[in-house]
Amino acid sequence: MDSRSPLSPREIVDEYFIENRTRLLEIAAFLDRLDGNDSGFAARDFRMQAFTEALESIAAGSDRVDRLLMLFSDPTTDPLGALDRKSAFGAYDRGKAQGSGEARQ
Amino acid sequence: MNYIDHHAHMVSRTTDDYQQLALTGCVAVTEPAFWAGWDRSGADGFEDYFRQLTEFEPARAAQYRIQHYTWMAMNPKEADDRVLSREVLARIPKFLDRPTVLGIGEIGLNRVTRNEIETYTEQVELALAHRQMILIHTPHLEDKLKGTRISVDVLNSFPTIERERVMVDHAEEHTLRPILDNGYWAGLTLYPQTKVSAARAADMIERFGPERICIAGACDWGPSDPIAVPRFIMEMRRRRHPEERIHRVVFDNPVQFLSGSPKFRIRRDVAQEVAR
Repeated sequence: MDSRSPLSPREIVDEYFIENRTRLLEIAAFLDRLDGNDSGFAARDFRMQAFTEALESIAAGSDRVDRLLMLFSDPTTDPLGALDRKSAFGAYDRGKAQGSGEARQ
Repeated sequence: MNYIDHHAHMVSRTTDDYQQLALTGCVAVTEPAFWAGWDRSGADGFEDYFRQLTEFEPARAAQYRIQHYTWMAMNPKEADDRVLSREVLARIPKFLDRPTVLGIGEIGLNRVTRNEIETYTEQVELALAHRQMILIHTPHLEDKLKGTRISVDVLNSFPTIERERVMVDHAEEHTLRPILDNGYWAGLTLYPQTKVSAARAADMIERFGPERICIAGACDWGPSDPIAVPRFIMEMRRRRHPEERIHRVVFDNPVQFLSGSPKFRIRRDVAQEVAR
């Protein structure tokens, strides 16, 4: 069964451009807000390091969602020896995994 | 359009939410056992919860002409506690014969610890021993990839498992293919932040096709939307997908999957309406 969107490329842009323009501006405002508070924080926080990498990855084109999800994911295969907390962070702390505690704020 | 939400934590919702579900075409929900947002103090608390799921909640749903089914489990968020998990698992079998219990769920992993994997594996064994369907929770955010891989590996280690009677829920773009390729059903959960939007769910249907995929809102005690499935329907209509394709995803597919339990029966008047 062909399940592709019946919309043409032009129709997709007509339908979705404004709401995604809004999302882009929200991301820009979030980053400006953070910089306004501490311009160096993003470089030290593992979540924001992944976020910055994700923004660069989006610009690289095609398969963006898959690439971003992999970028945020824990790539390891071994289970945790003990429960550390109930909730996930949203991004994998690669600095911690490499033995550096500096990335975690 | 009639639809079924296969994953809704209705004990956390108000009667207004049942009304919204009914007004938007929901004819049935299934409610997996899950974490209350805080840890229960002992196995007695779970037993009360299981009674709520099997006695009180079906009656509450029926007031809105919604059928309510449920699943029994030790949830992944508390499954790291092995002592408590063993006590809870020992109490589950007596609920499995109740008329609205479809199987074991939602079981799975949270932070992907060794203890969680042991509890999860024991619950798969419990399901197989009682020939129950299985509903699997996959972890959130950065833990989803690893947790899904391990969850599927554990399932695959049981040669007698009936894969068409297992759903691996909360799939996203990077986990959907391995779930489907291994022969399991996949659930897409529409959540405001931590899971999938209606637009991304529609993207996945367009990309992977509708086969063995169901959509749910998984509304609970946190930020979530009881009428997430109708929002998916609206998104598919916005893209001008044919009504039959949408209906297949939100009604025919859950009926097909849930009918893996002989207890699941769509109300006669709904079945007649759909047949027309």
